[in-house]
Parts: sequence; C-alpha cells; structure tokens
Amino acid sequence: MNVLVYNLILAFCWAAITGSFTLGSLFTGLVMGYFALWLSQPLIGVDSFYFIRVFRVIRLALYFLWELLLSSLRVAWDVIRPFPSNNPKIIEVPLDVKSDLEILLVTNLISLTPGTLSVDVTPDRKTLYVHHMFADDPEAEVAALKGGMERMVLEVFHR
Amino acid sequence: MAEIIAGILVLAGAGFTLIAAIGIVRLPDLLTRMHASTKAGTLGSALLVGALIAVFWETTVTSKAIATILFLLLTAPIAAHMIGRAYAKTERDKYIARDRKQREG
Repeated sequence: MNVLVYNLILAFCWAAITGSFTLGSLFTGLVMGYFALWLSQPLIGVDSFYFIRVFRVIRLALYFLWELLLSSLRVAWDVIRPFPSNNPKIIEVPLDVKSDLEILLVTNLISLTPGTLSVDVTPDRKTLYVHHMFADDPEAEVAALKGGMERMVLEVFHR
Repeated sequence: MAEIIAGILVLAGAGFTLIAAIGIVRLPDLLTRMHASTKAGTLGSALLVGALIAVFWETTVTSKAIATILFLLLTAPIAAHMIGRAYAKTERDKYIARDRKQREG
C-alpha cells in the first residue's frame, strides 16, 4: 500500500505543477506517476507486486462490468419473454478466500451481478450459498463462479 | 453529440428499471425477484447517472456521479443479501422441499 501513497503524491504533484485540479489531470498524474515509479523501482526498492496488482484490479473491474452487462441482459430477456425459462436453485460454492475483506468482495460482486445472489456464508467460512437464477447445471455454475470472480479476487490479494 | 449519448443512456437506464419492475411482478418467488431488483439498483441507476456525466461534463458533477455509483454498488448488495438471508432462514425448509421435488420430477 505504500507504493499507492507514493503514486497519489506524484499525481498531486502533477496536478499542482500543471496547475489544474481536474479529474483528468489527476488521472494523468496517476498514470505518469505509475510509470515513474515503475522506472525507478530498482532504485527506491518499492514492492514490485504493486505494478502487477494495478493491472489485476483494472482487470477485475472490467470483468465485473462485462459480467454485469451480460447477466443483466440475460435476466431482462427472461423477464420479458412470454415463457420464462429460469431454473432457480441454491448452489454451494466452496470458498478459497480467507480474510474478511476478500469474502466481502467476492460476495458483494456475486450479489451485484443479476442472476446470482449470495445468500449466506457458513460460520466456518468455507462455503458460500449462492442463489442462482439459471442453474440448469449447478456444477458448471459453481466452476464458473470459482474460475471467474473468486480467482480474480484471489489474484488481486495474493502474488 | 453529448445529448444523443445522454439520451441513449437515459433510455437504456429507464428501460432496465422498467424491466426490473416488470420482473418483480412476473417472477415466481422472492429470491428470484431479488435478481430483478438488484439489476435496477446497479445497472439501471448507473446508466442514469452516467447520462448526467455526459450532459454536464464538469469535474464537480463527474466526481459526484462517480461517488454516487460507487455508493450504490457498495450498499445495494448488502440490502439484497440481508433480505435474501432473512428469507432463506425463515423459509429454508419449504425451499429445500420444493427444490428436491423439482430435482426428482
């Protein structure tokens, strides 16, 4: 997290020197600061994981937006078609994530995408109950959730 | 140009919210209806707030709009989770029985 502070300070400096505190200039400062830190990484000895992590966070955000759009259309289509074909089931997803923050992120992202709703986590935090709207093949859906959302959250937090 | 984009965004957001409302009426049980209502809370309102960004294109409006979307994304699933959990806890047995019947039949 230290590197993020450096990056924010550099973005602030960029905005101060160019003399415009707009979102655009702060964003440009963040990008420039990111590359400056990346170049000087062997000199100041910052944690190199940060540079991969930024990409993984962006990838998680893009993946989430894509899933949100895709499953929204799926649910919307099912709502307006004359004969709905949903097959709702509660599926059990075994959790690999451990910490509170990771579980919160995974469950929140699952709830946010229409079609899946995280109902409960067992007290031992090993299993997540997900209500899935199109669970024709529960095992495939579990694999999709684990391979998509959970793997990406894991990669954000671990090397 | 900005107004055309904003118009498309407003129409899409309103359309998704309308479909969510229809879904709440049409879908069979509470948990399935929650799927429709989370969609209205996330994509529908995000598109509407996105139209605001396209129309005004100012830092103050953009930052407020982004904060609004972030808070929506933060709070909507918590409400959905609490409602779903309460439902699952009270009607668990009924649901399991129905699910089993579905699987056998």
